[in-house]
Order: sequence, then C-alpha cells, then structure tokens
Amino acid sequence: MEAVALRNLSKVYGKEATRAVNDVSFTVNKGELFGLIGPDGAGKTSIFRMLTTVLLPDGGSATVDGLDIVKDYKQIRSRVGYMPGKFSLYPDLTIEENLNFFATVFNTTVEENYALIKDIYVQIEPFKTRRAGKLSGGMKQKLALCCALIHKPSVLFLDEPTTGVDPVSRKEFWDMLKRLKEQAITIVVSTPYMDEATLCDRIALIQNGNILSIDTPANVVASYPEKLFALKAGNMYALLQAMEHYEHTLNSYAFGEYMHASFRTDVSEVDVKNYLQQQGLQGVEMKTTVPTIEDCFIKLLKD
Amino acid sequence: MKQFLTFVRKEFAHVLRDQKTLLILFGMPIVQILIFGFALTNEVKNSKMLIVDNAHDRASQQLIAKVEASRYFEIEQSVMSPLQMEAAFREGKIKVALVIPDNFNGDLLHLNEANVQIIADASDPNTATSLINYATSIVQDYQTGLNRNLTVPFRIIPETRMIYNPQLKGVYNYVPGVMALVLMLVCVMMTAVSIVREKETGTMEILLVSPFKPIFVILAKAVPYLILSLINVVTILLLSVYVLDLPVAGSLLLLFAESTLFIITSLALGIFISIKTSSQQVAMLISLMGMLLPTMLFSGFMFPIENMPLPLQMISNIVPAKWYYIIVKAVMIKGLGFNAIWKETLILAGMTAVLFIVSLRTFKIRLA
Repeated sequence: MEAVALRNLSKVYGKEATRAVNDVSFTVNKGELFGLIGPDGAGKTSIFRMLTTVLLPDGGSATVDGLDIVKDYKQIRSRVGYMPGKFSLYPDLTIEENLNFFATVFNTTVEENYALIKDIYVQIEPFKTRRAGKLSGGMKQKLALCCALIHKPSVLFLDEPTTGVDPVSRKEFWDMLKRLKEQAITIVVSTPYMDEATLCDRIALIQNGNILSIDTPANVVASYPEKLFALKAGNMYALLQAMEHYEHTLNSYAFGEYMHASFRTDVSEVDVKNYLQQQGLQGVEMKTTVPTIEDCFIKLLKD
Repeated sequence: MKQFLTFVRKEFAHVLRDQKTLLILFGMPIVQILIFGFALTNEVKNSKMLIVDNAHDRASQQLIAKVEASRYFEIEQSVMSPLQMEAAFREGKIKVALVIPDNFNGDLLHLNEANVQIIADASDPNTATSLINYATSIVQDYQTGLNRNLTVPFRIIPETRMIYNPQLKGVYNYVPGVMALVLMLVCVMMTAVSIVREKETGTMEILLVSPFKPIFVILAKAVPYLILSLINVVTILLLSVYVLDLPVAGSLLLLFAESTLFIITSLALGIFISIKTSSQQVAMLISLMGMLLPTMLFSGFMFPIENMPLPLQMISNIVPAKWYYIIVKAVMIKGLGFNAIWKETLILAGMTAVLFIVSLRTFKIRLA
C-alpha cells in the first residue's frame, strides 16, 4: 500500500491565479525514500504544505497513510513528521528543551523513542544546553530532524533539509536518512541539489508546478536519449558561443568546468573539432560523458 | 495537562530570556507612574511669591505668617516700586505678588475693611488662576480668624469642600489612570506579538503539524504575562502608597481581584490582535495606536467623558480601560465595596469572554 498518494493536486495563489502546483499526481510506497527535485519556486514547498495539511488544495486530492489531507487532517498531524524548509524551532530554547517540548506536544517522551534519534542526537548532545538559535546550520538541521522524529512518525516530510548546509553536513544528513529508511519510515524529501537526487529510491522532477518525470534515478538517467559529450577549451565563453551556433547542436550548456552538448545527428568527434578549429578555438578537449540527473532535468525543461 | 504545563514553561522561557521584554515589562510601569505622579501634575507647588509689605504692622505680619505656613509659595520679601515689580514679573523671577498697603492694621481696626493686592503672571492662565485662588483662600482664612474674636450676629460664609480629594491632589486622578494605561499597554502589546511571532518564525507551521490544542497555546501565552502583570500591580500600589502618599482606601483584595480581571481582559485583547494579524510590526502598531490613544482619550483619566459629544461617549463604552478606571477610583480612592462596581465588573468579564471565544473560534488551524 502507498504511504502517500496525490491525485491531480493543484494549488493556485493570488489574483493572477498563479498555478504553483498544477495537477500533480504521484504515489510514494511504504518505506520508500522519495525525492522531489526541482529549482526554487517549482512548487515543492506548496506540495509539502498540502500533504502536511497546513495548506488546503484548490483542486484534486491526496492521502497520507490512507487518510485524506482535508477531512482527516487531525489524524495526519499526529502521525507525520514535518521539517519545514526554514529553521523553525524555538531559538531561545536549548537543544534539550526544544526536543522535550516537541516530545510532550506529541504526547510522548524523549526516552520512549530515543533509539530512533540516538544516532543523530549523540552528535549534538554535547551542546544540549546551548540555545538553538546559537547553533551552526548543520547542527540546527540535526536538531530539527530529531524533533521531527521524536514521535516515531510513519511518514517524514523534509522540505529542503540540506539547503544552506555545508557539503560535509549534507553528506552526513543523507547517511542519516538512509539509516532511517531501514527503520521502515517513509521519507519524502525535496531538494534543489541534483546530486542528491541519486541518493533517493525514486524521484519526481518538478518545474513550475508540473511533474516532468517520475522514476528511479537510474532509470531517469538511462532514459536520456542522445549521446552526451563534455567539452573544454581555453576560452570557454567562445566555446559556448560556437557550440550554440553549430548546426547539429541539440542542447548545449555550461556544466562545471566543462560544457555539455548533445547533437541532432550522429556527428563524429572529428567533425565537431574541425568546426571548432574553423571558429578559431584552441586546445579543444572533447569526450563522451554519462548523463547526470541535472542533464536529464535540463533536457526535460527544453522539451 | 502535562502538555499545557509544557506550553506554559516554554512561554516563561520566552519571556524571561528576553531582557528587552523584561525591561519594558517592569521598567515601563515604574517610569510611567513616577512621570505621571511627579512631573505631569497640574498642581501648583513652590511658586515664587513676592510680598511687598508697606505696612509693617501686627496685622500684616500675621497675614505673612499665614502665607508662609502654606507650602504653595516660595516667599521673598522686599520693598519694590511698581516698576521694579513689573521687571521681576517680566524676567520670570516671580509668579505672584502680594502687596500690603500702608496702615493695613489701622484700616482693619478703624474702617473694618482693608485692601490687599494680589497680582499674578497670567501668561499661563491656569497656573495664575490656581495661584490667585490659593492666595485668596489664605487671605480669607486670615479674615475668618480675625472675625472669630468679634461678635457679629449674622454671617454667611460660603463654604466649599472638595470631597475624596480635599487637597485636589493630582495623584488621585493619575494613579488609577496609570494603572489602567500600564496594564493595558503591557498586556496587550506583549501578547499581541507572541502568537504572531510564532507565525513569523515558522514555529507555528511545525506546531500546526502536531496534535496540539489551540486553547493550550492561547492560554499558555497568557499565563506568564498574567503573573508578571500582577507583580506590576504590586509595584504600582507600593509606589503610590509610599512614594506618592496615596493610600488604598478600600479593600486591597477586591482591588487585586478586579486588576486580575482587567489583566485577563487585556491579555484576551492582545491574543485576539495576535491571531488576526500576520506580522509582529502590524500587531505592535495596532496595539500601540489602537490601544494607547483610545485608552488615554476614552478612559476618562485625561479628559472627562461627560464633556464629550454623545457619539464619542458611546465609543468610550467599548474601551475596557474606562471600566477599570471607574473600578479603581471607586475601590482605591472612595473606598467603596463590590456593590458599587458590580456592573463595571460584569462588563469587563463579558468583554473577556467574547474576546476569548472569538480568538479561539478564529484561531487558524492552517497557514494562510
């Protein structure tokens, strides 16, 4: 049975009737780590808020744990864990006080579910008398995760939990999510970072309130239809310009220290290099590369 | 119950760990009561008075002694020509002058009538009127003293009496007014920002996704401020009794019970504002502009409500501070019991109930 199911869920904002979420449908299976991947403003937070019952949908319906998000909001609220994108604990309470507060609000105690948060809590325990407002970004996220987990939720909603967190803490955070998954907790997580997508069981790519694709990360990557090349040259700007105007180019864009390009026809490396030489580019390096989620995303956006 | 206590403990932590809030909470009442009690009083004290005694006889000395005995004037005696006197007035060295003519005693004894001249600087008309009144009453007092030794068959003396506040002391008016004002401001402002702050910082979003009960949040927000405001009432009363010399005439217990009721009314109002607004600034602005001005204008403590046009008088009825002001004046100054103020008490209780119910009903269980 699915833990979360959305059927044509929509959310409209303001007088201009901006469709922040447009007929979105997907399901999340029990025990799955499901990722909602998309840039800022894609509608991720609106979806999370509707699923956690704090926002009413303008169309469609959804269930969490088989409970309707509008009708059964009270039951849903007591069984899901929610970590909003913005740090939302009490900055003037200490780590310990925040944790105890949320434990009591959910009618439980820290001791009762300590096993669940132990791995995470031991990392911040040395600072337990420090006020939450004085913690570093990574520690804040760990505390927020502890508070969201303290009542042993059946579904955990994490809205951009790693935004504004350093790379090391980000990696630690995802390791924690993997361990939580083993405890049979369904996790729905959103992130604007494409590299984190591969860490999910399944992902939904979302843009402007529309779902572009839903699949496992491996399948999303495998479904990339063209051969993808990485190119580099001394003058990257000129290279980008030249590739843009090349008659066979399908997609071309900067990608880290390289640029990625795909072609309409089966052109050979030599053809491309010759063309670039004609354009006056020196020291061109070209190789085939494996598409990443980001490449898939860019491709889906162009279509 | 355990949940409720946790909420209360959390609210106490918010209040006690915020030094700025504490400063406002406890500093404001003390400062206000002292300012209103001492600086902003319309009593006239220690005004400079010049006495020009041209008579230097028994009667003039007796009159001067009488004037000196009152503490309204700071007396300077010298013989000045009218011109010199005018210069002294111009420079503001004196506010009032009492001129006793030659042969003052002789006129009194022989003609049974004597004149004195009292001149006041009327550039501030209110002060001048008060000074003239004070001085005249002293002269009359002296005259009455003289008459006592005579045997005159019929005399009618118009006797005025100021009840409750025979000395027309300003603090009698100000202490109840400041109590109403301070409690209103502190309670409304502090609670007005408290719930809206949770909305702003996002903690409300987390709280919403939990099995919390709105009534717990509302009541828990009110508890710390209720206790701290009661401490404020004690401070104000101590200041008024020991610093401003204004004793509590009625039952102290009744005064505390009524104050508690008024505090709860104000807290309910603050919570109502907090639930209706979406940012701390707006909540602050509404509680300052929307509470401070009406409380000053319509509680009757600065401007008498009886003098206002009827529509304004009707508006004044919805200002809780008006009712509390009436209650405090009745209990504290007139020494009346509950029989005299049950109507006002009922009105305050009714306002509180309505505000609480509306707050609870309109508590948003969702964002936006």
